Amino acid sequence: MSETKVVDACNTYCPGPLMELITYMKQAEVGDVIELLSTDQGTATDVPEWVNKIGHEMVNSEKVGDVWHISVRKAK
Amino acid sequence: MRILIVGGGTGGTIIANNLARRLDSEIRARTANITMLSASDLHMYQPGLLYVAFGQMMPDELYRKQATLLESSIEFHVDPVDKFELDRKEVTTKSGKTYAYDILVIATGSRVMPRKIPGLEEGSETFYTEAGAVSMFKKLREFEGGNVGIVVGVPHKCPIAPVEVTFSLHDYFNKRGIRDKVNIKYHYPINRIHSIENVAIWAKPEFDRMGVEYETLFNIEEVDVENKIVKSMEGSEYKYDLLISIPEHHGMGVIEDNGLGKDGWIPTDRYQLTMEGHDNVYVVGDTTNLPVSKTGSAAHFEAEVISENIASIVKIGVPVTEYDGKVYCFIEAGHDKATYANFNYENPPDLRAANKSMHWFKMSYNKMYWTSVRGLL
Repeated sequence: MSETKVVDACNTYCPGPLMELITYMKQAEVGDVIELLSTDQGTATDVPEWVNKIGHEMVNSEKVGDVWHISVRKAK
Repeated sequence: MRILIVGGGTGGTIIANNLARRLDSEIRARTANITMLSASDLHMYQPGLLYVAFGQMMPDELYRKQATLLESSIEFHVDPVDKFELDRKEVTTKSGKTYAYDILVIATGSRVMPRKIPGLEEGSETFYTEAGAVSMFKKLREFEGGNVGIVVGVPHKCPIAPVEVTFSLHDYFNKRGIRDKVNIKYHYPINRIHSIENVAIWAKPEFDRMGVEYETLFNIEEVDVENKIVKSMEGSEYKYDLLISIPEHHGMGVIEDNGLGKDGWIPTDRYQLTMEGHDNVYVVGDTTNLPVSKTGSAAHFEAEVISENIASIVKIGVPVTEYDGKVYCFIEAGHDKATYANFNYENPPDLRAANKSMHWFKMSYNKMYWTSVRGLL
């Protein structure tokens, strides 16, 4: 059964939000959704670029206060 | 109060020594004791492996006997843990002994997992183990020219290492007088050439100056050993003559086998450094799942917080401080200059131009480490 996991990468500079997302996407099963939390402004463009290139699916991207909430479904 | 430390790397050793001093009177009064269980009687200075890979250090320079690094009041056993029974506050070791504790510190570290990527172990050189670093140096020595690729797995220990090895390769081939016969190409998993934006901003013009090519959004999928081609999950390929890899890391098998954390990373509170759901279990260094660099530096600063808090719990019953995400990393920019990155959860690093004095500071630290790990520096 598919799961949603929240990864809190707020206020981190190294390894940073996208590297955190890649780590957890590797652990996830196909169909699982990872919701990445990030205070890094670049995340809003960095994540979709990687997701589109690798072939996963963007589910949601919104900014709530200072925090980006970006959800990605593992597609393969 | 029985304090049990599992793991004798940087984090575990600093905590043990720091606590032995803070709790000297309690240990003498027999109201507290410190026990360390480690898988090895040797302690390795892991950052030295990069120098071994370029023939600048010998492997035996990286080791000290673990027992010689510990305060005499610490009970030390080379007997790795097999079972963690957190509900019973006990661990069982490979030899079959059981150790009970009131406070547990898990400091088991991480390991490279090249086998996760088909062909990576056979097709690439890596400097993350002693055997790998020696093998890499021998391959570099024999290399007469061609394509050298650097590829990086996720997650990996020492996030600065991919940049450092690239600078070092440039200097090494220059020194041998064959740099013009070598193409160096750096591949990195995210959209810029380093995860820290200021490191990427600093390193990019340096790579351009050195003639190092780079490709971003390159996550290793497989290595075709026969045809010497490394392929990315994003769909690109690189034909190499020599492939240098920084493989994906996992935590130690005993962590995952005991159900303490996926891939061996233990869910950890980023400020208290306690295992989620277990206030009497501290996690340090690579073993945590924190979004913090897996480095000896992070382990060192975390260890100071954990030591202070365990000591205060023994003395007044509560912890007194929190980890602020502090990391300080030297960055070797070749064989004769260096810079550094200093940051925490709130403040990004502000990089300075590399210089010779910072390189010599790093070379000195390679020796001073043994003072640092004793908890004296």
